[in-house]
Amino acid sequence: MTTAPPAVSIKNLRIALPKGAERPFAVDGVSLDLHPGKIVCVVGESGSGKSMCAHALMGLLPDTVAVASGEIQFEGRDLLKLDDDGWRDLRGRRLAMIFQEPMTALNPLMRIGDQMAEMFEAHGLLTPKERRAKALALAREVGLPDPERIVRAYPHQLSGGQRQRAMIAMALALEPAVLVADEPTTALDVTTQAQILKLIRNLQRNRNMAVMFITHDFGVVADIADQVVVLRHGKVVEEGPAATVFSEPQHDYTKALLAAVPSMDPPARSPLDNQARAVEVIGLDKTYVTSGGWFREDRRVDAARAVNFSILKGETLGLVGESGSGKSSVARLVMRLIEADRGTVRIGETDLTSLAGKALRAERHRIQMIFQDPFASLNPRRKIGHIIAAGPIAAGVDPKVAFDRARDLLKMVGLDAGSLERYPHEFSGGQRQRIGIARALALEPEIIVADEAVSALDVSVQAQVLRLLEDLKARLGLSMLFITHDLRVAAQICDRIAVMQRGAIVELKPTAQLFAAPEHAYTRELLAAVPGRKERAPAA
Amino acid sequence: MKQFWTSILKSPSGVIGLIILLLAISVAVFGPMLFPNSPWRMVQRPFLPPFTLSTVPLGTDALGRDVFAGMIFGARVSLLVGLVSTLVALVVGIPIGAMAGYFGGRVDDALMRFTEFFQTIPSFALAIVLVAILQPSIYSIVTSIALVSWPPVARLVRGEVLSLRTREYVQAAIVTGQSNSWIILREILPNALSPVIVLASLMVATAILLESSLSFLGLGDPNLISWGYMVGAGRTVIRQAWWITVFPGVAILISVLGLNLIGEGLNDALNPRLSREGR
Repeated sequence: MTTAPPAVSIKNLRIALPKGAERPFAVDGVSLDLHPGKIVCVVGESGSGKSMCAHALMGLLPDTVAVASGEIQFEGRDLLKLDDDGWRDLRGRRLAMIFQEPMTALNPLMRIGDQMAEMFEAHGLLTPKERRAKALALAREVGLPDPERIVRAYPHQLSGGQRQRAMIAMALALEPAVLVADEPTTALDVTTQAQILKLIRNLQRNRNMAVMFITHDFGVVADIADQVVVLRHGKVVEEGPAATVFSEPQHDYTKALLAAVPSMDPPARSPLDNQARAVEVIGLDKTYVTSGGWFREDRRVDAARAVNFSILKGETLGLVGESGSGKSSVARLVMRLIEADRGTVRIGETDLTSLAGKALRAERHRIQMIFQDPFASLNPRRKIGHIIAAGPIAAGVDPKVAFDRARDLLKMVGLDAGSLERYPHEFSGGQRQRIGIARALALEPEIIVADEAVSALDVSVQAQVLRLLEDLKARLGLSMLFITHDLRVAAQICDRIAVMQRGAIVELKPTAQLFAAPEHAYTRELLAAVPGRKERAPAA
Repeated sequence: MKQFWTSILKSPSGVIGLIILLLAISVAVFGPMLFPNSPWRMVQRPFLPPFTLSTVPLGTDALGRDVFAGMIFGARVSLLVGLVSTLVALVVGIPIGAMAGYFGGRVDDALMRFTEFFQTIPSFALAIVLVAILQPSIYSIVTSIALVSWPPVARLVRGEVLSLRTREYVQAAIVTGQSNSWIILREILPNALSPVIVLASLMVATAILLESSLSFLGLGDPNLISWGYMVGAGRTVIRQAWWITVFPGVAILISVLGLNLIGEGLNDALNPRLSREGR
C-alpha cells in the first residue's frame, strides 16, 4: 500500500511478566509497522497486552516487567537499547503520547498554557515569550474555545473533552513523528468522543504523523483506523487494512469480537400491552447543593427534574444519557439509596418513598440492583455464598435454605456450585457480574435496576451477560430499569428508552421508534455520535 | 491469613520488631517465675555498680534493690499497661468513628465535636490530671491513657468508613435489606481494619511511653514497679549511679522501637500498595 519506509518498526517484541502471572509473556512476538500519515489501531480485550505495546514504544514499561527480546526501530535506532537521557530527548520531541484519563494526566496546579509551554522548556527550545505564543497557537489548533482565556485556566475548570484537547495540544507541541494514543476517548461521552476522534484524524493528516491508537472499541476502530492489529493474549491474531478486517475477518477471534459488538438495529419486540404497572415514578426531583462558602454562590446541580416514568410487568425500560445527565441518580432515587427532594416511587401498590426504617427494609427485596463495577460491588472479605445469602438471611430465611438457594442461583447464572466457598478476587470481571446478578435474584425481586451493568466488561463477555439478563428476565417475569450510556446495548435489550439530559427526560419512546425517528435534537445528536455508525465505511 | 504472615515475615523491620516483642513478652510472662524475689526487697548494699556481683548483675539502686529484678517485673507493668490501654482505646474509638462515618449528618457532627473536645486538651496534661484525681493505681493509669488516646482511632475509623460506605458492595447490602449494625460490623469494619491495626501497634508504644512518663513523675501505681518509676527514682543520683536510670531507659527504648518496627512491617503487609519497595 505504501512504499515509504515505516516511521516505527516493532519487530518480534516479547515482554516478560513477573513469575506467577497468568501467562509468561504480556506481549509475545508482536511485530508491527507504523507509517507516516497512517493510523494503526491496536485492538484487544482487557489483558491482551495492547497497552504494554504502547508503553514499550514510549519506554514507560513498569519495573515489574522486562523486555525479553525484539527491537523497536525508530530513525535508525533501537529504542529498547536507549538509556534514560536518550529517552528524555526523544519523548515529547519525536514520540508523543495521549493518555486515557485527561484529568489525572494534567497537573492540577498548573495553568493549561504553562503546561503546554513546559513542553518546549523541557527540551530547552524557544524563549518564554515565544513559548507562550506557541501555546496559544496550539490551543487554537486543537479547537479549544476562547484560547486566550483557556490557556490561563486550570485543568479542573475545563470539561473532559477540553482537557483531552489540551493533552493533544501538548502532545503535538514539538511536532512529533509518532503519536501514541492509549484509549484516549474511553473516559469521554459519545458526543465528545466523536469530536476528539475527528480532531485526531485531522491533525494526523495535516502533520503526516504516524499514529498508534490503542482501543477496545470496534466502533472507534471503524471510525478512525487505516490499519488494524488484533491482539489476543499478547499475540497478534490478525492484521490488515481496516476495510478488509471489517468486511472479511480471517481469524475466528476477530469474527467473534465483531459479532459481539451489539448492532444499532433494535430487534423486533412483542408489545406488552394489558400488563400491570410494576413501577411508577412520579415527579422525582433531586438537586445537589455544594456550599460555595462565604463569598461564592452555592453550586446547584439538578440530578433529577420532574422525572416521570412507569415500567410494565416484564418490560425493560432503558435510561440513556451522557455522564452527569442524572441517570445513575435516578436509579439510586428509585432504590431509595438517596432521598428525593420531591416525588413518589411506587412499586405495585406500595409507596416506597413514604416508608422508613424497618418497614422500608421489609419492602426492599421487591426491587434489587445490579451495580456497575464488578470489582467494587462484591465485598473482598466475604465468601460468595455469604454475599448471595446475606439478603435472604437478613429477611429471616433459614441460613441452610438460603445457602441451598444460593447454590441454585449460581447454577442459574452459569457458575458452578463450588464457587460458594470462594472469595471474589478468584473470579474474572464477567463472573463477578454474574455473582452480582445472583445476589440481586436471591431475594426474588419483581424489578431489577441495572446501573451500567455491562459497561465495565469486554464486548464478548458483555454479550454473554446481556443474554443471561434477557433470559432470566423472561424466565422469571421480571421488569427491568436498564441504565446505560451505550446506545448499542440499549438497542438490544430495551423495550422502551428514555433519554436523559441534565436531569430531565427529554424523550421516551419504544426502542424501534426512537432509533427510526428521534424527535428531540439531543437524541439525534447522541445517535449520530455513536462510534462506528457508518459501519464499514472505507477508511481513507 | 497465611499470605499475611509470609508478607510480614518478608519485611526485615517486621521480623526484628516481632522478635523484640516476643522477647519482651516472654520476659514479662516467665521472668518473675525465674526470679521470684520481690523487686522491692533490698538485697545488697546501695549503689552497687553493675557487673560486679553475679547475683545482682545490673547493680543495685539507692536503697540496695536489684535493678535487674526491677527491669523484669517492670516489663510486666509496661507491656500490660500498653496493651490493655490500647485495647480500651480501640473499644471506645472504633464504635464512635464507625457510627460517625456511617450515619453522617448530625450524628457525625455530635460525635466529632465530642472527639475534638478530647483532642484540644494536651493529652499528657489530661492524663496527669486524670491519674491525680482518680488516685494512682494500675486501673486509673490504664483508664487515663485510654481516655487520651482514643480520638485518633475514632478519626481514622471515621475516615475509612466514610470512603467505604459509598462502595457498591455496601450499597448492595443496604439494597438487600440488611440492618445498619450488620452492615457496619460485617461489610464495612473488616475492610477498614488494616490501618487501625497499624495505628494500634504504634499506640501500644505511645502508651508505654505515657505510662513511663507518669511513673517518672511519681504518678505510677505505688505497689507495682515499672521502668518509668525506676528512671524517676534514679534521676537524682544519675551522676553517681548511671546504671539505675540507663538500664530501664534502654528497656523502654528497645520495646518502643520494637513496636514501631512491627507497625512498619504491618503497614507494608497490610497496605502493599503503599509500601516503599517494589513499585
